[in-house]
Amino acid sequence: MSIVVENLTHVYMKGSPFESVALDDVSFEIQDGEFVGLIGHTGSGKSTLVQHLNGLLKPTKGRIIVDNIDITERTKSSKWLRQHVGLVFQYPEHQLFEETVYLDIAFGPKNLNLSNDEVEKRVREAMELVGLDYDSLKDRSPFEISGGQRRRVAIAGVLAMKPKVLILDEPTAGLDPKGRDEILGQIKDLHRERGMTIILVSHSMEDIAKLVDRIIVMNNSRIALMGKPEEVFSHVDELQEMGLDIPQIAHVIRGLRERGMDVPENIYTVEQAAAAILAMVRGRSNA
Amino acid sequence: MLKDITIGQFFPGQSSIHRLDPRVKIIITFVFIVIIFFVRSFIGYGMILAYMALAVILSGVPVRYMLKGLKPLLFIIALTFFINIFFTSGEKVIFKFWFFTLTQEGLLQGVFMGLRLIFLVAGTSLLTLTTSPIALTDGIEHLLQPLKIFRFPVHELAMMMTIALRFIPTLLEETDKIMKAQMARGADFESGNLFQRAKALVPLLVPLFISAFRRADELAMAMESRCYRGGENRTRMKIPKTASRDYIALAVTFLLVLGILLNSYL
Repeated sequence: MSIVVENLTHVYMKGSPFESVALDDVSFEIQDGEFVGLIGHTGSGKSTLVQHLNGLLKPTKGRIIVDNIDITERTKSSKWLRQHVGLVFQYPEHQLFEETVYLDIAFGPKNLNLSNDEVEKRVREAMELVGLDYDSLKDRSPFEISGGQRRRVAIAGVLAMKPKVLILDEPTAGLDPKGRDEILGQIKDLHRERGMTIILVSHSMEDIAKLVDRIIVMNNSRIALMGKPEEVFSHVDELQEMGLDIPQIAHVIRGLRERGMDVPENIYTVEQAAAAILAMVRGRSNA
Repeated sequence: MLKDITIGQFFPGQSSIHRLDPRVKIIITFVFIVIIFFVRSFIGYGMILAYMALAVILSGVPVRYMLKGLKPLLFIIALTFFINIFFTSGEKVIFKFWFFTLTQEGLLQGVFMGLRLIFLVAGTSLLTLTTSPIALTDGIEHLLQPLKIFRFPVHELAMMMTIALRFIPTLLEETDKIMKAQMARGADFESGNLFQRAKALVPLLVPLFISAFRRADELAMAMESRCYRGGENRTRMKIPKTASRDYIALAVTFLLVLGILLNSYL
């Protein structure tokens, strides 16, 4: 499903002394099946932006078109929209409320008025997608399992709606490295194997560099940069001015190049860097 | 939708009303509330209106903003108005319909009751609009000092109020977030009959309570690790001082009280 955002502006608490512009004339397009990274420091408007994409917030000005349907015009389409555009909030485990893991994941599908068989099928499938064992976990309370598992139950709760577009707001915040790698791996699989369109909001340049096709950089309620990772990460000074950065490994590569080593310029993941440095060392020893 | 609540909200500013000593402001508001019940004529309400208008103009709070705070109470005000109009017995009957009797006394009573409610709400909301929650609880703590003689835990009460007020915006934000998270999973808070709506609140209230308890626990821990002990020997950062503007405010309020008492009893 494609998403088109045209001249989107959002003003919070308009007409009160607390009025603030959260989005200022933002326009972009996301193609079907794309994996887009959304970065920007705290308060840059990322969260406000993603909440527009599934109709939780209405634009003050501008249009949003999802799958060729203008969602700003049709107010009745909210159910359709929320089923097709899944949004996983920051710390999604705080939204869990049911007595068992099964019931919590089933909350979304039940709201879609599906049959019991279909609900069960979807819960099973969603748990599989996030790597949770259905039989051993379905009857446990979501409050007695580990933090990483809780987060995955919450993500499964959104996946059980079978969205075509999945938006994740910092899905790895506060997780240990193992939990983080697992969740990112599963998100990658959702994109590769299921062909889901994914929008990942993150503060980790490493994760973004490793996963996404395209990056959108938000700064002061506007889009500051947009493009492929290598394009965006080549604007080092601009990114640092916005309180952002390039992946750490890219700093290492820059340092090597400054010292006259022959490594290619646009390297943004550890794997690429390792390969490039090995190639360079081998090239030297051969010479 | 939750952001429309203005009762108890602080409107930041630097006006002379904002800078009044919170103790003085609380006393004045209390006197104002009491004196409203002594008003018996339109002239009296005229004085109240003039006093109120002066305070609002000095405070710099937009009138539109004040009126917005009255909106949720419109129903109660209207109800009081109509009940008083039709159920006050009197001599001069204006018209009669079925068992409704409209009398001149009733009409007057209804208008007075309506005005009384409006001024009560406007007066108290002006207090919270121009006094930050911290200043407000500080003021209350000072005014309740005499109760310490009866071993009343004044400081603890003030601390509880400060914390409660401090957490209102946090909890509102949390409510908003959880509501949105559940709406993203297809929850519907806005349609259905009363029973369905009450049931729809479970996915909102359970996480909200859990997070409130978690926050309370964390706050208690943070206070204890900084060796918080209430009451005895605790000094404060801001010591309230009365200035000349406080005495002027008291004098104006005294004039209002005098005017209304003279108007009602002479």
